[in-house]
Amino acid sequence: MLDHRLSPEHEELRRTVAAFAHDVVAPKIGEYYEHNEFPYEIVAEMGRMGLFGLPFPEEYGGMGGDYLALCVVLEELARVDSSVAITLEAAVSLGAMPIHRYGTEEQKRTWLPRLCSGEMLGAFGLTEPEGGSDAGATRTTARYDADTDEWVINGSKCFITNAGTEITGLVTVAALTLSSEENADGSPRREISTIIVPTGTPGFSASKKYSKVGWNASDTRELSFADCRVPAANLLGEAGRGYAQFLRILDEGRIAIAALATGLAQGCVDESLSYAAERRAFGRPIGANQSIQFKIADMEMRAHTSRLAWYHAASRLVAGERFKKEAAIAKLHSSEAAVTNAREATQIHGGYGFMNEYPVARFWRDSKILEIGEGTSEVQRMLIARELGMEPDRP
Amino acid sequence: MSLRIVVCVKYVPDATGDRRFADDNTTDRDSVDGLLSELDEYGVEQALKIAEASGDAEVTVLTVGPDDAKDALRKALSMGADKAVHVNDDDIHGTDVIGTSAILAKAIEKTGFDLVVCGMASTDGTMGVIPALLSERLGVPQVTLLSEVGVEGGTVKGRRDGDAATELLEASLPAVVSVTDQSGEARYPSFKGIMAAKKKPVESLDLDDLGIEADEVGLAGAWTAVDSATARPARTAGTIVKDEGEGGKQLAEFLASQKFI
Ligand SMILES: Cc1cc2nc3c(=O)[nH]c(=O)nc-3n(C[C@H](O)[C@H](O)[C@H](O)COP(=O)(O)OP(=O)(O)OC[C@H]3O[C@@H](n4cnc5c(N)ncnc54)[C@H](O)[C@@H]3O)c2cc1C
Ligand SMILES: Cc1cc2nc3c(=O)[nH]c(=O)nc-3n(C[C@H](O)[C@H](O)[C@H](O)COP(=O)(O)OP(=O)(O)OC[C@H]3O[C@@H](n4cnc5c(N)ncnc54)[C@H](O)[C@@H]3O)c2cc1C
Repeated sequence: MLDHRLSPEHEELRRTVAAFAHDVVAPKIGEYYEHNEFPYEIVAEMGRMGLFGLPFPEEYGGMGGDYLALCVVLEELARVDSSVAITLEAAVSLGAMPIHRYGTEEQKRTWLPRLCSGEMLGAFGLTEPEGGSDAGATRTTARYDADTDEWVINGSKCFITNAGTEITGLVTVAALTLSSEENADGSPRREISTIIVPTGTPGFSASKKYSKVGWNASDTRELSFADCRVPAANLLGEAGRGYAQFLRILDEGRIAIAALATGLAQGCVDESLSYAAERRAFGRPIGANQSIQFKIADMEMRAHTSRLAWYHAASRLVAGERFKKEAAIAKLHSSEAAVTNAREATQIHGGYGFMNEYPVARFWRDSKILEIGEGTSEVQRMLIARELGMEPDRP
Repeated sequence: MSLRIVVCVKYVPDATGDRRFADDNTTDRDSVDGLLSELDEYGVEQALKIAEASGDAEVTVLTVGPDDAKDALRKALSMGADKAVHVNDDDIHGTDVIGTSAILAKAIEKTGFDLVVCGMASTDGTMGVIPALLSERLGVPQVTLLSEVGVEGGTVKGRRDGDAATELLEASLPAVVSVTDQSGEARYPSFKGIMAAKKKPVESLDLDDLGIEADEVGLAGAWTAVDSATARPARTAGTIVKDEGEGGKQLAEFLASQKFI
């Protein structure tokens, strides 16, 4: 069976969020973006709609939906604005998902209800100033202090989404811990673990916001940990399983980013269609020119194939099948589609496309990061090649 | 005993679509996508708020409309209403406001009610008279065009903001109210609400079930008949007056020619 139609419930969710994006996000987001402000009011409304709890069970305050539902929502939000979409993506897929997937019953009861309601945002701290693509090279350390039964964290993280808002409740940090096993030379082996650090823990601080090219209404910070102590019980999942855990989280996250990129690519079509009908040159609408029509046709093709790619990856994920390659393909294809569509949409808008008040200018500024975040395009190609059985190209 | 609220919701052609009349001069409800009238979303929202405040209430959404009108009911159920009643019968085609109110009243009586909530007007017919007609037919008080509404004990209280005055009104239950677009934004359905709506009961009724004869309603039973309808002419380009010293005078002449002054 081959069917890429959404179930009636997912379709209704899509329509509901499309209306929300159109009626609530579109009129307000430009102002937040212009002033690099976090859109608390919009995020609160998204919380009331249950968007932050979409893929989580009802017993923890979730909506009892699935990852597909989350992705459908991300696409519709990003069709209008990417800052709110990435805020949701990072909060759900990077912030809350590791706790849902690897947390103890106690951790889930403590954190998930507030994360699901959107009262509290979670963040995921993996990337470090020294490198993001090579995640295994994490330098941040967490030393176990047996006297106090605590982890003592030292190091820094950079480019962390949702890490410094007024409603950020926790950051899950990837850090090096000492293994009980030894290396061949007898020295203790180092491994990566993930640890929950609540906001406000002494020794943990978030810098001021970065000045970014895009995603200006989303919160991104550099984090530092100086003898930051958290209870041993804050370890997420098994010690030493951190690397495997965040690889799984990132694999899923790629589908979410692909949905978000598809939304941006489609938003470019929406804006270009109406502008091409409205704007006149040489006595007729610019859309009467075949060269403009062909540009828009190509843009629609890219948005459409991006959607098919993420639908396919998401359906494998939901069915419990292997989806690593499909997720990498979807992320790679849709992020490149988003960048190309944003460039073309700006071109169709002429000088107005270079003015920040036009949504396409926002789309243009927001598109490039999609080829970088949650695995660069180079990393996606590495993953696809590896899935095809090719040997890793080790330095 | 729990508070029984019936919300009347209308399924209307999407105003952003290309709306038309059918060959018999009735609204074409087939070729245009429909939706729950936006003005009735306010009614659903206020009913849900009243139900939440009461803690012991049941909200029924009621529509008179074709097969697709179940979409409007499903939306209201997703928002949080408990059950739905759909009056659907081929003989309803062409029913006017008098007939519609008769059908609604019978269905409301059959459902049982303490409070009927309507929108301020439909977005297609926009007559805004159904609430008054229902009050007459049901023999209960009406408190219409409220921008604020609540129930305290056996009384419904509300505020009506007029041009000249703000009125604070109340009526004993059972009663009919209508709420305006100033009463508070309607909630968006959550995914949980959408999933739950699938399992909520939708009762389908036809004219027989309500004891209404086919000739009391429909085109034949309507008090008015539409003989012909003409589409509004397309907007013209407008007149540009170039000010060469006579601009003011020319403007005044234009306005006078259009009978504005
Ligand atoms: C706005 C924003 C939000 C972000 N949010 C988060 C977050 O919430 N959490 C988080 O942990 N991180 C986050 N990141 C970080 C993001 O995931 C990293 O920037 C990304 O993974 C790339 O890492 P890097 O910047 O260190 O680049 P590098 O790893 O230094 O890469 C530089 C360049 O080298 C290329 N390259 C590296 N290795 C190879 C190779 N083997 N072969 C070929 N090319 C290679 C890369 O593709 C890239 O083009 C965010 C970044 C931004 C900008
Ligand atoms: C299938 C169908 C065919 C029709 N054909 C004709 C026709 O050919 N000629 C004609 O004159 N009229 C016809 N009508 C009736 C008409 O469209 C209106 O429903 C009726 O006249 C009410 O007037 P209004 O829409 O102006 O309601 P208003 O008085 O403006 O509505 C006020 C409130 O009453 C409630 N309400 C109104 N209508 C309904 C409804 N149908 N179901 C539930 N609640 C409602 C809502 O709460 C609404 O906000 C038809 C209706 C239906 C459903």
